[in-house]
Amino acid sequence: MRARGARRWLDFTVGLVLCAALLFPLYWMVNVSLTQPQDLLSTPPHLFPANPTFAGYAHALDTQLPNLVTSVVIGVGAVVLTLAIALPAAYGMAKLRAPGTGVVMFLFLLAQMIPGIVLVMALFAIYNSLGLLNSYAGLILADSTASVPLAVIVLRAFMTQIPDELLEAATIDGAGRVRSFVSIVVPLSRNAIVTSALFAFLFAWADFLNARSLTTGNSIVPFTLGLYRFIGAQTTDWNSVMATAVLASVPATVLLLIAQRYVAAGVTAGAVKD
Amino acid sequence: VTVAQPSTAVRVVANAQLPAVRRHLRRRTRLAAVGFILPVLVFLAVFFVYPIIRSVVLSTQDWRFASFVTGEAPFVGLQNYVTVLTDPIFATVAWHTVVFTVVSLAGQFVLGLALAMFFTRRFPLSATFRSLILLPWLLPIIVSATVWRWMFNQDFGIVNAALGTQIGWLSDPRYALWAVIIANIWLGIPFNMVLLHGGLQGIPESLYEAAALDGAGPWRKFRSITWPLLRPVTAVTLLLGLVYTIKVFDIIWVMTGGGPVNSSHTLATWSYQLSFEDQHELGLGSAAGQLLVVVALVFGLIYIRAQRKEALS
Repeated sequence: MRARGARRWLDFTVGLVLCAALLFPLYWMVNVSLTQPQDLLSTPPHLFPANPTFAGYAHALDTQLPNLVTSVVIGVGAVVLTLAIALPAAYGMAKLRAPGTGVVMFLFLLAQMIPGIVLVMALFAIYNSLGLLNSYAGLILADSTASVPLAVIVLRAFMTQIPDELLEAATIDGAGRVRSFVSIVVPLSRNAIVTSALFAFLFAWADFLNARSLTTGNSIVPFTLGLYRFIGAQTTDWNSVMATAVLASVPATVLLLIAQRYVAAGVTAGAVKD
Repeated sequence: VTVAQPSTAVRVVANAQLPAVRRHLRRRTRLAAVGFILPVLVFLAVFFVYPIIRSVVLSTQDWRFASFVTGEAPFVGLQNYVTVLTDPIFATVAWHTVVFTVVSLAGQFVLGLALAMFFTRRFPLSATFRSLILLPWLLPIIVSATVWRWMFNQDFGIVNAALGTQIGWLSDPRYALWAVIIANIWLGIPFNMVLLHGGLQGIPESLYEAAALDGAGPWRKFRSITWPLLRPVTAVTLLLGLVYTIKVFDIIWVMTGGGPVNSSHTLATWSYQLSFEDQHELGLGSAAGQLLVVVALVFGLIYIRAQRKEALS
């Protein structure tokens, strides 16, 4: 019994060390964000922010706040668009046995494999003709290409579990399909909707490729692009850079903390499920 | 997840009228179903099918900066492919892509598997540690790339300080590719760990107990039980990892931009540079990109087959 207890604590210690080692770069980000600028240029680097400063955060908020707001707008737009497309589609596939379901799911699998850089080249040419470059709509649509397939897969898998009798009963009571969808299927699918929405937001929030390629100049600058330009300027102001990076990490961290179980489900959704 | 059951009364009514209802439903359901999936069909057509066709068309056009304004891009047949394949940089870039992909995959897989196996043990906070390790996977890649860029800084970076070296990780052509590979392995560990951990959970505990009774040591258990039973999941993880790794763009672009002197360019970053830098030669970039598409689709289809097999077993 004692040997087993000791083994558990040994495992715990090893787990703690592994976790700390893997998360070290994130610790380093926070450390640098709090370090005095002159201390950043010391060798060896300071391992702890002994004399912390929040000047980096002040500067980051000063210059990057509009970009963070831009990213929130695009993220919320992507969530709305993704759900508007994926919810009815998942219902049609799971409950109404829509023709062509197999083809659509197969196309989604293939679509996830096409390199984003190739799609974005085509989108650039298309947007150039349509005047969609430098527009919120253009970025929201492009970012949704990542989240719509995942959302349909997650929502469809979930809706398949809703018993058919429930919907048949509603039909007998005179509810049409739209009514059944709105008042039965959507409320029951809350968990899957939360998962899909979280990932739609995170994908759009983290997008760099579309932001870098489908905008020119300064009309729309999501924070990813702002951060890229910040470090591209050969800056020495690394504590502001890292403060920006920390602020940009907040949504993902919060989502992981409040929605742990959904996150693991999302990681595996594209790979293991149907 | 619980779904409310219909009450008994509702069910009795439903059963009595079922045949009529079913017939009625079937007639109109097809039409309604099409209405529900119409938005996603349109979205698929406009944002996947059409761009894929358009990118193939682009690869046969002389699309450069002037086309941005005029919208005109003359048809040049396979000229872009010839230009790309005969470019002296192409062979270098193709080799980098192979090295980047193979070393990244191997590193992510071995470390991911080791972690997944470790975390099948039961100890306090095991699940919490496991989900904390997912954090790097969730962060915007540009955030991770920024941090690694500073950690790899030649003069003030923690990497050189810890190793006691003066290596120009990002500025020396001999090391830049390895620097982005290290960062990419770090990024890929959570993904591998989650998939493999799921696979390990599917192996019955009783097999290990029986092997222990027969006197099998840890290595023997791994060789005779874990590895063979994990094979389907291993195949899926590696194939999907490959499809994801050959298209990696953000981490390289932000850390090194493919440089110095093309030393860390892969096909993905190089084709992007052709398309979006200098002359905006979208035609050339798309031609180079099609090569990536072909590789991705070949391994993607193998992946889909492997996954079907796993689902059936």
